Amino acid sequence: MTTLPSRLRFGPDGRRCLDVASRSLAGIGGGYALAAVAAMFLALALPMPRAEAVYTATMLSFVIHAGAVVWAFAVRSRWVWPGLLAPTLLLGGGTWLLHGLQQGAPS
Amino acid sequence: MKDGFRQSMAWLHTWSGLLLGWLLFAVFLTGTIAYFRQEVTVWMQPELHGSVPDAGTAERAVERMGQLAPDASQWTIALPGERTPAVSVSWRPADAKPNDRAALKRATLDAGTGAVLEPRETAGGNFLYRFHFELYGMPRETARWIVGIATMAMLVAIVSGIITHRRIFKDVFTFRPEKSALRSWMDGHVAAAVLALPFHLMITYSGLLLFMTMLMPWAVDLAYDGDRQAYFAESGFRRAASTPRPAPQTAALTPVAPLLAEADRRWADRGGVGSLTVTNPGRANATIELRPAESDSIGRGAATERLLFDGVTGQALEAPPADPQPAAMATGNYLMGLHLARFAGPGMRWLFFVSGVAGTVMVGSGLILWVVKRRSQRGRAENWAAGPEPFGHRLADRLNIGVVAGLPLAVAAYFWANRLLPVGLEERAGWEIGVFFLTWAAALLHAPLRPSRRGWAEQLWIGAALFTLLPVLNLATAAGHLGNSLPAGNWLLAGFDLTALAVGLLLGFAARKVGRNAFARKSAPAPVLPAGAVVEEPT
Repeated sequence: MTTLPSRLRFGPDGRRCLDVASRSLAGIGGGYALAAVAAMFLALALPMPRAEAVYTATMLSFVIHAGAVVWAFAVRSRWVWPGLLAPTLLLGGGTWLLHGLQQGAPS
Repeated sequence: MKDGFRQSMAWLHTWSGLLLGWLLFAVFLTGTIAYFRQEVTVWMQPELHGSVPDAGTAERAVERMGQLAPDASQWTIALPGERTPAVSVSWRPADAKPNDRAALKRATLDAGTGAVLEPRETAGGNFLYRFHFELYGMPRETARWIVGIATMAMLVAIVSGIITHRRIFKDVFTFRPEKSALRSWMDGHVAAAVLALPFHLMITYSGLLLFMTMLMPWAVDLAYDGDRQAYFAESGFRRAASTPRPAPQTAALTPVAPLLAEADRRWADRGGVGSLTVTNPGRANATIELRPAESDSIGRGAATERLLFDGVTGQALEAPPADPQPAAMATGNYLMGLHLARFAGPGMRWLFFVSGVAGTVMVGSGLILWVVKRRSQRGRAENWAAGPEPFGHRLADRLNIGVVAGLPLAVAAYFWANRLLPVGLEERAGWEIGVFFLTWAAALLHAPLRPSRRGWAEQLWIGAALFTLLPVLNLATAAGHLGNSLPAGNWLLAGFDLTALAVGLLLGFAARKVGRNAFARKSAPAPVLPAGAVVEEPT
């Protein structure tokens, strides 16, 4: 590689490799987790009939996943994992709350 | 900082595109042909070429069904149209379960005589269609996951590519074929990408949607406690088959001609009647359902308008209403309908085909660009001392030859096998597919054995010859050749031959260009890098 993006280059080849591996894992794995949690959250939160909410949420989740991969390669290295984990945990908590509320409510 | 961002995106674009690029090329190429899969199948079954529909075709088919399957609980009759000259029928034996598709019996009828045709055994265009999302010879779900992951990589490559080439509208009108190999490949890649960009985005995103419940099941499983059938039923995707049980009393079926006449009048702008479904034929509670050949809206797909008649009296019944679709499902269905070109007319189908070709060119030129760029960087005079070409570059180049030049070759070989293998051969369809894979494997093995440009030129020339001669093969082995199909205005068959000819000429053009450059390269100075490119260190 001769035209390395400056943000992806961290001195020795080993560290650069590690950085790329970390970003890839974050974007692909972490991005999928974020997309999955976002889909679950939206499926419960969207004010639509159940099937429609599930469908809309799942449609959006692919955009979220692709966006997460792009984002993982766009920002500074130290932001990658916190930036993906924070919304994942937040949405996970929201999903847990909503699910609990909806299960608890008499249907 | 702006430049750092664009460079990161260029890096992401390069690698997300390269790693699954060979698979994506195969998916794009076979998927593009799949837009004409029915037409391809017809070409591959010359036994159907003599079938000529006329005004009495539908009636004859219904009459023949009465002899073929008098006790069936349902007949489905797909009438010939622009995409196929023969009648495809299927029926559900009385003892079969309503949703068991494997229990359906099928046959092909001559549209002019109603006789049962015995076309040669072939997977036809369906093999290429299936391959583009289920590959071959591996568990269906595994293959769909592999293609699904490649599709996501494609989406990432498109998004990062758009960010990299922000000035796309300026770039697209820049074609500098004589500047340098690198620039012209870059220009070609960008042109193929940008000219059909809406198509590329649609086809990639809707490709993910077609697998959405498999790839992203979490929302469904949470909201429905893992009961996916409940979700499918509630979202209207899987209509419960509600075939009423046959009445014990028998009754003669009403003549279908008046029903067809009424439907044809109503659907004059939609190609008339496309198919008939007769439920409980010969019974007192028989019904006849008619559907138009083309839908008024791609998104509605199967939920399109229908006409329902009492099968004994011929009285019009109230047809089940087309399902109302909520906005989300309508959007998704529309995108998926576009992907499948469901009910698309010939103009739309050709537009999609050409866009698919652009997508194939985009992926192929991107793969080639990766190698050309690295060669051109090494090709600078001061870098020639850097030693032999790195293994990774050679590997990518040889894979490019075996896939970008080798796959079209394999497709052509598949068509040749269709005509050259004996008609009565056991497992004939499997042999045709075998020839396809053997040819492809031979191309992949041939590539590393030859110098790069020789490998390119040789495979492109063979592909060019095989495609260009397909009309000749058709002339030698079937009646539906250009000499007959053109005067008869049979664009179904003529379209295949003419397209094969055009593909052959294009491959020949590419082969000539590669061959000429192979000689020019020896005396010409090394290509000069574009001004913007930075060479920092040789690798």
